[in-house]
Amino acid sequence: MPGKLKVKIVAGRHLPVMDRASDLTDAFVEVKFGNTTFKTDVYPKSLNPQWNSEWFKFEVDDEELQDEPLQITVLDHDTYSANDAIGKVYIDIDPLLYSEAATVISGWFPIYDTIHGIRGEINVVVKVDLFNDLNRFRQSSCGVKFFCTTSIPKCYRAVVIHGFVEELVVNEDPEYQWIDRIRTPRASNEARQRLISLMSGELQRKIGLKVLEMRGNAVVGYLQCFDLEGESGLVVRAIGTACTLDKLSNTSAFLPACNSPSKEMKEIPFNEDPNPNTYSSGPSTPLKNQTYSFSPSKSYSRQSSSSDTDLSLTPKTAPSPQGPRIFLFPSSPTLSCDSPHVKKSCLLLSGSSVKPLHCSHVSPVVLRKSVSFTEELLLAASGMGSGSAGKEGGPFKTLLRQQTQSALEQREFPFFTLTTFPPGFLLHVGGVVSARSVKLLDRIHNPAFVGIMGNTRSYKLLDWNSFNSDEPETRDAWWAEIRQEIKSHAKALGCHAVVGYSESTSICEEVCILSASGTAAVLNPRFLQDGTMEGCLEQRLSWQPGFFSIGSEKGEVDFFPQSQDSSSLLGIEEASPPGCGFCHIPYDELNMPFPAHLTYCYNCRKQKVPDVLFTTIDLPVEAIVVGKGCLIQARLCRLKKKAQAEANATSISNLLPFMEYEVHTQLMNKLKLRGMNALFGLRIQITVGENMLMGLASATGVYLAALPTPGGIQIAGKTPNDGTYEQHISHMQKKINDTIAKNKELYEINPPELPEEIIGSPIPEPRQRSRLLRSQSESSDEVTELDLSHGKKDAFVLEIDDTDAMEDVHSLLTDVPPPSGFYSCNTEIMPGINNWTPEIQMFTAVRVSRLSNINPTNQTLNKNFNDLCENLLKSLYFKLRSMVPCCLCHVNFTVALPEDELVQIAVTAVAITYDKNQALQANKAPTEKSQQRASTDNEEQLQFPLELSSDPLSSQPFSPAKEALEGASSHTGIPAAQRATSLEKASPLAEGYLRHRSVPSGTNSTVSVVKMTPLSFLPGAKITKYLGIINMFFIRETTSLREEGGVSGFLHAFIAEVFAMVRAHVAALGGNAVVSYIMKQCVFMENPNKNQAQCLINVSGDAVIFVRESELEALPVPAPTAQPAGSAGDVTT
Amino acid sequence: MSSDLDVFVGNTTLIDEEVYRLWLDGHSVAEAVARRLRGGVLEREGTSVAVLQSDTRDHYRTFQMLERLLHAPPRLLQQLLFQIPPERQALLVQRYYAFDEALARELLGKKLSKGTKKELDEVSARTGVGIRSCRRQFDNFKRVFKAVEELRGPLAENIQQLFLLPPALARDYAAIVFSGIWGLWERFWGFLGCPDPPFSSRDYAAIVFFANSRFETGKRRLQFLSFGDFAACAQSMMAHWSQGALAPEAADPDGDLPKSFLQDLKELKVLVSDKDLLDQHKSLVCSALRGKISVYNELEANFKALSRALVNVGGKLTHARDVRDFFVDLVEKVIEPCRSDKWSPGDLRLFLTHYTAAPRNLPGFRHQALWERYMAAISACLLRMYHD
Repeated sequence: MPGKLKVKIVAGRHLPVMDRASDLTDAFVEVKFGNTTFKTDVYPKSLNPQWNSEWFKFEVDDEELQDEPLQITVLDHDTYSANDAIGKVYIDIDPLLYSEAATVISGWFPIYDTIHGIRGEINVVVKVDLFNDLNRFRQSSCGVKFFCTTSIPKCYRAVVIHGFVEELVVNEDPEYQWIDRIRTPRASNEARQRLISLMSGELQRKIGLKVLEMRGNAVVGYLQCFDLEGESGLVVRAIGTACTLDKLSNTSAFLPACNSPSKEMKEIPFNEDPNPNTYSSGPSTPLKNQTYSFSPSKSYSRQSSSSDTDLSLTPKTAPSPQGPRIFLFPSSPTLSCDSPHVKKSCLLLSGSSVKPLHCSHVSPVVLRKSVSFTEELLLAASGMGSGSAGKEGGPFKTLLRQQTQSALEQREFPFFTLTTFPPGFLLHVGGVVSARSVKLLDRIHNPAFVGIMGNTRSYKLLDWNSFNSDEPETRDAWWAEIRQEIKSHAKALGCHAVVGYSESTSICEEVCILSASGTAAVLNPRFLQDGTMEGCLEQRLSWQPGFFSIGSEKGEVDFFPQSQDSSSLLGIEEASPPGCGFCHIPYDELNMPFPAHLTYCYNCRKQKVPDVLFTTIDLPVEAIVVGKGCLIQARLCRLKKKAQAEANATSISNLLPFMEYEVHTQLMNKLKLRGMNALFGLRIQITVGENMLMGLASATGVYLAALPTPGGIQIAGKTPNDGTYEQHISHMQKKINDTIAKNKELYEINPPELPEEIIGSPIPEPRQRSRLLRSQSESSDEVTELDLSHGKKDAFVLEIDDTDAMEDVHSLLTDVPPPSGFYSCNTEIMPGINNWTPEIQMFTAVRVSRLSNINPTNQTLNKNFNDLCENLLKSLYFKLRSMVPCCLCHVNFTVALPEDELVQIAVTAVAITYDKNQALQANKAPTEKSQQRASTDNEEQLQFPLELSSDPLSSQPFSPAKEALEGASSHTGIPAAQRATSLEKASPLAEGYLRHRSVPSGTNSTVSVVKMTPLSFLPGAKITKYLGIINMFFIRETTSLREEGGVSGFLHAFIAEVFAMVRAHVAALGGNAVVSYIMKQCVFMENPNKNQAQCLINVSGDAVIFVRESELEALPVPAPTAQPAGSAGDVTT
Repeated sequence: MSSDLDVFVGNTTLIDEEVYRLWLDGHSVAEAVARRLRGGVLEREGTSVAVLQSDTRDHYRTFQMLERLLHAPPRLLQQLLFQIPPERQALLVQRYYAFDEALARELLGKKLSKGTKKELDEVSARTGVGIRSCRRQFDNFKRVFKAVEELRGPLAENIQQLFLLPPALARDYAAIVFSGIWGLWERFWGFLGCPDPPFSSRDYAAIVFFANSRFETGKRRLQFLSFGDFAACAQSMMAHWSQGALAPEAADPDGDLPKSFLQDLKELKVLVSDKDLLDQHKSLVCSALRGKISVYNELEANFKALSRALVNVGGKLTHARDVRDFFVDLVEKVIEPCRSDKWSPGDLRLFLTHYTAAPRNLPGFRHQALWERYMAAISACLLRMYHD
């Protein structure tokens, strides 16, 4: 599919003065793509040149289109000497290659120079004409969409979630090539920027190919990283989750929801108008219920059937009467089409459940298979036109797939980089699994190299000193090893999949720590296979969260699925309280992979749950949470002897388990200190430096209603007879108890007292304490402790002497809660807050501190590190004080150890304001029984898809109103009222933006506002279009550090420039926001003696167009606006 | 554990108004932190000095980066580096170009040269405005002056467009520029002739005005006059005398004050040169005021001197050299005599009203319209200046 790339250079403005004599510039522009270069005329003597060039046309093949960036260089013409470069603009044209993303890139781009920063702006227009070419051996993957967002993007529908895709590309780092000694820093930086741009393009193309092979059309949760391995090279690697997505058109969004598209239809990517003839394509649907019954059986099968029978004999307690409330749709006009829909989905469910099909293949094995890709399969399905993975479909292919799948089972990784899932997707969560390995870097010899060589075009770019394609596929093998380990950990937890999966590295000199972590989980197979998931997805559209998780519980599955008619099935599913299914243990109680303390679920009383749950995913929307969440961090330093090569690697590997253990203990203690029982979004980062290791774990603690109340923290003295010691201990104990009480109040943790008589099932003994600091033994802590370790083989013994213990207790108490009006979390949404207002502020803060101790000990280092993080947080709270009440969401800390005594911490997060009044109202709400609340939730959630009918599949950005929803059932016409209130509540800032935008670009508004957020959504707004992925890499260097305001001035300017360039690219694509923004790398190096500094930043995100809800509803629906603002739903609009 | 590097960058640039003010006032980071501490921010927010320092440094860095753009405000609107909501941008510009009246008063009539800049130390000591702030404001005046010096068109509008200042502030700048060069003097009228704008741009216009026309404002006997007095005077002159004031739509697009007006003012001399007219004028005014003002006797005695002074000031306006004495003449020949005779402001007002109105009844005086136009500004100036 070759294409024609057309570029027009319109004008420049604010160029720097290049000719001192005239104070002017004679600028012209070079436009380069691949090996072709065009030039504009020289526009003499102007700082605001108007080139208005012709269309420069590049005829290239699509492979090149995907790999190459468009390179625009602005130069100053000089008659007598060489032309001076003013700066460059790299434009990734990938977004133009999707069938329905951006059609043109047009706008002002900052002209960037790696030495001088931004120097003026240039106005460019870029277009691409693609020609269809059905070459079955093509190397390109145009049309595959990429999303950084780790959930199914809003305004899309997941037809199939195929599974894990990964790829890596290796090259030499230009910075370390011999030529670097003779070229200028600028040339070196540019070579590096260009190379990385090229490599990411190539990587993306290759991943795209894999996706096409899997017959998907998109990658969600795409995470691309660079490993700057120094001498040994440069690795660009990426992971993601392949999906088949369906675009939901705004108008028909609800209707298609009623129809399950036929199998063939869904293979057409971004199909806007799904075929209405639906579940007639039977053979594809039936698997789901079978798999249900089998997936739990996996663990049972290994042993006595006792647990199995136990489960199945568990009496079905009376369904809670609130279930049916789901049917009470608010009588708003938008809901008129409900009832037929309800019927349809019922039918659908029953229809599929009675058909026992493909039994022989249904087993956990199949499940795992289905989520991975296979290359062979792709051969069969390859050769499709752009964006389409093939339309032939049919039984032949199904058969083929099954064969190939079983053949390839060993190679598959059932991993998902998603952190938020369509409701019903996640059945059970086992716990965090992680694996690390320490490797010594050597010169890179990688198979990817061969790939590049075969690709004649890029060959010239890559300046190889030496290569040896016989070398083993080192990096690939390393990662494969780690993934294998993760997979086996998950298996040990009785899980067949890993969700919230991510990989990272930390490199110091020649040592590299590779880490991978995720959450072991049992998934609903219906989402993983073609054709099996429509029913379920359809339903989701109407039912929303909570519904399917219920249905997926093992006990019920054993009893009901095949035989019940639709209504009873529905009834049963309603009966079980929603929002706790994922907490239920996936492993077998009698054969637990580790000692854990289990109790019956506090919500449904039917299934066993652990007493603490750690996960790397976001809080599922259906989860029932008590109170609010909070950011919990564990911080740790460990000294390490300086060593070389293997000795170094060995000492690091020896330290790692202890660090993991300590980090985990800290997390557990801090969690208990806050009276909470679950962690979400857990991310443990271990950073290696010359003489120390640092561990930083961040997570969001919450109180899950389904899990038992956490016990307090008990301090036991070692020498009971010592009076003063005893006193001291009791004093500490009191302090800790006070803190717990205070935190419970702060986070509004008032778990409902379950009247135990009413619930007949065995009441678990409330665990009163978790032993801390002294011993462990039976403690449930180990559920996750073990998960965190390298499998079962490492058994940790907790031995802490008294001073250490004291230190630990002290450090526990030094964590200061955020000032009033602030909450923080590292997940997408803050549990317990749901009334967001549209004002957001994304920021990046970077700190580098010198650990100046002469003889550092672990304790002093720990304290320093702790202080550093705490101060940074404090400083953020202070900076953002004008936004109170607000919540810092997606707080992402990255630690680096650039030099001996330097610690660098970078934080990116977004502050979102919320409406305090509503929060207050929520406070006032008396605690009600969780069951009731849950059902109210359901009801509330129901409004969601109806109201936002255009993106019913999106995961809900806001946790549904819980406490705030007193009496919500009586509310009618909520949506209208909500719109009205949200309109009123638009913050002054937002109004400013609105005004700003509405003003025709006159003298005072030429720059369009682009919002940036690390979240996948914008509060109070609806994303209407995804324009493509933004993935940018910049280098900035200076040789006049002092003159630029020192290191802070230098980095401040650079980060601002990076933001500016991201915004400019988004605006040029026609977007007004970046979601899922992430700064993946910020490598800062300085040499104050030479007055030099260098910094590399890599950022990515999804460019989108959003529309404010208030704008969406140009005219407020004439509805009772007397609706009290208390309906928390308005956040959701 | 010291922080070598400490930055915070928001997608929307955070602007703290308090810190901005401290920065504009020329305080160093340490001073600014000390002042913020005194403001009680620690107690309010429950934070630490280190946090405050870090925050202040961040803001200062931002402002330093912004300063380059503030030198050409339209660039601030077009630049892509900082995302700042429009209302915040306006605030930044306005605050940056706002000036201390005490300083402006000192600079009125002075050349905006390097020499003057060197004297800013003294000015700073006299006015109590920080030296760094003085330099910034001086540079602002100079920048505005340079930018509009050679432009055609109404001064204040030019300033408004080039620096995105609110009209009032632009006018003040215009006034300052105006006091420097005679060439702009006439254009300035046009500029000032537009309908009454809000405060601050007016101030700048006034400054430009004075910078251009080099009114003598530094003499000792003028010390009692504030910048506000001068700005008000300049504005009433422009309001009443410029062509635009009479017929805005007919005004020369360049806003040049018609030479004819200044020439015509010479015709008014007849009021004092013609003995009959002078006597009749005096009797008309005296009869109207008899019993109405407390200083009737003094008025009767001084009428001729006053009238001569008032008329002659206008006659001299055609010559740049004499223009500089405009305020000196008014003070020396009108205000000081009246003050020594203990006229009350009310007396002066009554006198000026009747003095202006009386020639209507003078037979053979043909310049009634011109006279009233002239006297309207003069009266306004005198009343404004008549204080201690």
